[in-house]
This record gives sequence, C-alpha cells and structure tokens, in this order.
Amino acid sequence: MATISMTVNGKQVSGEAQGNTLLVEFLRQELKLTGTHVGCDTSQCGACVVHVNGESVKSCSVFASACDGGSVTTIEGMANDDGTLGVIQQAFQNEHGLQCGFCTPGMVMSIADMLKNNPQPTEAEIREGLKGNICRCTGYHNIVKAAQSAAATLAGAAQAAE
Amino acid sequence: MYNFDFTRPTDLSAAVDALRGDGAQALGGGQTLIPVLKQRLAAPTTLVDLSGIDSLKGIRRMGDMLVIGGGTTHGAVAASGDVAAAIPGLVQLTSKIGDPQVRNRGTIGGSLANNDPAACYPAAALALGATIETNQREIAAEDFFQGLYATCLEDGEVITAVKFPIPAASTYQKFEQPASRFSLTSVFLAKMQDGSVRVGVTGAGADGVFRHEGLEQALSSDFSASAVDGVSVSAEGMSNDLHATPEYRANLVKVMTKRAVEAVT
Ligand SMILES: Cc1cc2nc3c(=O)[nH]c(=O)nc-3n(C[C@H](O)[C@H](O)[C@H](O)COP(=O)(O)OP(=O)(O)OC[C@H]3O[C@@H](n4cnc5c(N)ncnc54)[C@H](O)[C@@H]3O)c2cc1C
Ligand code: FES
Ligand code: FES
Repeated sequence: MATISMTVNGKQVSGEAQGNTLLVEFLRQELKLTGTHVGCDTSQCGACVVHVNGESVKSCSVFASACDGGSVTTIEGMANDDGTLGVIQQAFQNEHGLQCGFCTPGMVMSIADMLKNNPQPTEAEIREGLKGNICRCTGYHNIVKAAQSAAATLAGAAQAAE
Repeated sequence: MYNFDFTRPTDLSAAVDALRGDGAQALGGGQTLIPVLKQRLAAPTTLVDLSGIDSLKGIRRMGDMLVIGGGTTHGAVAASGDVAAAIPGLVQLTSKIGDPQVRNRGTIGGSLANNDPAACYPAAALALGATIETNQREIAAEDFFQGLYATCLEDGEVITAVKFPIPAASTYQKFEQPASRFSLTSVFLAKMQDGSVRVGVTGAGADGVFRHEGLEQALSSDFSASAVDGVSVSAEGMSNDLHATPEYRANLVKVMTKRAVEAVT
C-alpha cells in the first residue's frame, strides 16, 4: 500500500492504493465517489469514463498510482456550484437522454471532452465520439440530441460572454 | 488481477534500470496490458509505467523522416498537424483506433510491442519501412514483427521512437470488426518518393501483419484500381475465425487496396 494524492473535482485528496488498484476502484471505494460506474471492467462500455489531466479515459483501464499528483474530474464535478445540473446533464434531462441512467455518467464525461475539442460537432462526429460508450437502453438517438443541445447551449453562453 | 509494485519513473534510464529487475514489465497506455493483467494472463512483480517520461513523447520531422516518440498516444498523433502534412495515412489510422478514450491512453510503442494481428500500427510500420528505435538498437520493421503477438524485442527493451520515411502519398483503409473495434482486414498503402508502392495488410494474415508483393508490383507499374483486379490474392495463409473465412479476408485485401488507391488518386 502506498499513499497517493490527486486533485479530484478541484479538491486535493489522498488515499491508499496498491500497485494494482484501478483508478475507478480508488474513486469509488477509497473516495466514495460512486457516480463513476463499472459496466464491463473490460474497456468496452465507457460507463467508467472520467477526465485525467483534462482528457477522457476509461478509469477501469488506468491505475490509480498512474494518476498520483494529477488532476481528475468525475461526474460529481459536472454539476454547477449551487448543486443544480450542469449544461450537459441538463441537456440529458431535457432530451430524455437516459432511461436506467447507468451509462449516463460516462456519456456526460465523454461528451464534455468531445465538446471541448470540437464545440460544434456534426451528428456523425457525435456518434463517432461516443464510440467508446455503450448504452443498453436508449438506442442513442436522444443521447445524440442531448449532445447537440448541450453544444448549442454552450455556444450561446460563449457568445453571450463575448 | 495479481498485485505488483508500481513505479512511475520520469526518465528513461531509471525505467531501463527498473526493467532489469526479475519479473518487471513496461506499462505503456495499459489499453492492452491492463485487460491482460485482469485475466491473469501476465503476472509481473513490478510494473514500470512509462507514461511519466517526457522524452518518450512527441512528434518531430527530421529531414525526410517523421519521428514519433514511443510513448506518444494515438490521440496525439491523430491531432498532429505535422503528421497530417507528412503522412496523412497515419492520421487516418490513429483516428480510427478503438475510441477516443483508448486513443487518449494507448501508445505507438505499446501497439508495436504487442503486435496484435488485428492492430493497425504494424501495417503502417511495415508498409512505410519504418525503423523502430529502442534503448539498445535500431530495428527495421521487416525484422521487428515475428508472428502473432511476437516481436524481436528482448526482455526489458523499450521502444523509444519510431522513424517513418515520409512517402509521396499514404492512406489507411480500415475494415473494422465492429465489436472489438480492431481491424478485420485493413490496408496501409504508401506511394514512396521513388514511385514504388508498398501495401501493408493487417487483420488478415494467420501469421500477423504482412506486405503483399503481387499488389505492390502491379501498383508500382500501374497505379490504378483496375490494376488491383488483375492480381490474385490467395486465401492461403489468411486467418480463419468466427468473424471471417480466409476467402472473405482475401477478398477484403483487394477491396481495401482498391479503396486505398482511389483515396489517394
Ligand atoms: C476497446 C479497445 C479498442 C481497441 N481498438 C484498436 C484498434 O482498432 N486498433 C489497434 O491497433 N489497437 C486497438 N486497441 C489497442 C490499443 O491500440 C492499445 O493502445 C495498444 O494495443 C497497446 O498500447 P498501450 O500503450 O496501451 O500498451 P500497453 O497495454 O501498456 O502494453 C502492451 C504491451 O507492450 C509493452 N510495451 C508498452 N510500451 C512499450 C514500449 N514503449 N516499449 C516496449 N514495450 C512496451 C507492454 O509491456 C505490453 O507487453 C484497442 C484497445 C481497446 C481497449
Ligand atoms: S467499466 Fe470501464 S469501459 Fe466498461
Ligand atoms: S440509459 Fe440505461 S444503459 Fe444507457
């Protein structure tokens, strides 16, 4: 066991990790941040997507120790400061982008990374960008709509700020 | 997953030292190795994470070569303007590997060292005649790949960079196996500066990646999709699994080569 430290959702945290502790285990078991889900544990489903140093990764396929000293954002970090839903989360609610909600944390984290790199994606780019996220419920249509609507809201906010 | 010690050195010499230990293994992006460890198909006692070594990352142009550091992620290659200008086929290849999250972690060194018969990079390395640079030596791609999941790397040898000659034209045409997102059969086609054409095929061969001489000869003398029609691609030596028969793969080699020719003409 070693003590590792990282910034998670803007807060400095530390905890115990073995060599083989996965980032998702550290988040869920050590830090009790259970919003990040484990769907497959085989790098296929994307329910576990978080951001490490600003890039989306599958936290079931990254070791916690590899993130020692780094910065991690999870779904718990996506709400507004006052606790209301963030733009992408709200878009999922508005567009009925979830049914059981199991895949949603990973979807939101992947979309956030996608929109950072490509603020105005086409539908094809959205579907391509969500290739690593599997949803067993929705059939994806409303998830794509949520991504489009979040992109539009964020673009509007950016314009208003100018 | 069995437990192991985890170290994350920040310079190459420390990593090479750590890898000399008994039971030590390198960790690149972990996108192959972590699933392997979960299945207990490997049991290193020490994992040496290369991702903290800055000198292994980066892309630079050196004369008529493009040099990609062994720890450079697929995402970084896909987003690189230098790669797009020099070898657009490598942008096509890396931007189709797996999904964005796999590309944000997976590295060129890990992909080549693993030599998965359905991986994408080996086709480019072989077609372009790349040189694989390690902490010990330089290895020509044609000597590097040695069958399924096998390379000539020795224990503890680290891929530090890959040097690609810049061709006159290049393209990667991937026929994806939709469940795994790897290649069912894909072709990297390069038209070299001297006019010769090289065709690297991945996903199809029972012994892993290969070049197809018949297609190369036909295309070197007549660079057209119809030249591909005249070449016979044998099903012998093609792999056979539940996704595709050898005959189907042999046919795909021609189809993907034609698409490649059309893409660069
Ligand atoms: C869902 C999914 C889809 C994928 N789709 C594709 C695809 O379409 N095409 C494709 O080509 N690949 C695909 N991959 C594999 C991906 O490209 C991996 O990144 C790659 O195979 C391994 O690279 P890595 O850096 O993650 O290596 P690791 O998994 O860390 O290591 C793999 C092996 O290489 C060794 N190694 C790592 N780095 C070095 C180095 N610098 N020098 C020497 N040895 C080293 C390790 O010891 C290990 O044996 C996919 C993976 C997943 C999970
Ligand atoms: S739990 Fe990580 S990809 Fe499915
Ligand atoms: S909403 Fe149920 S898995 Fe996506």
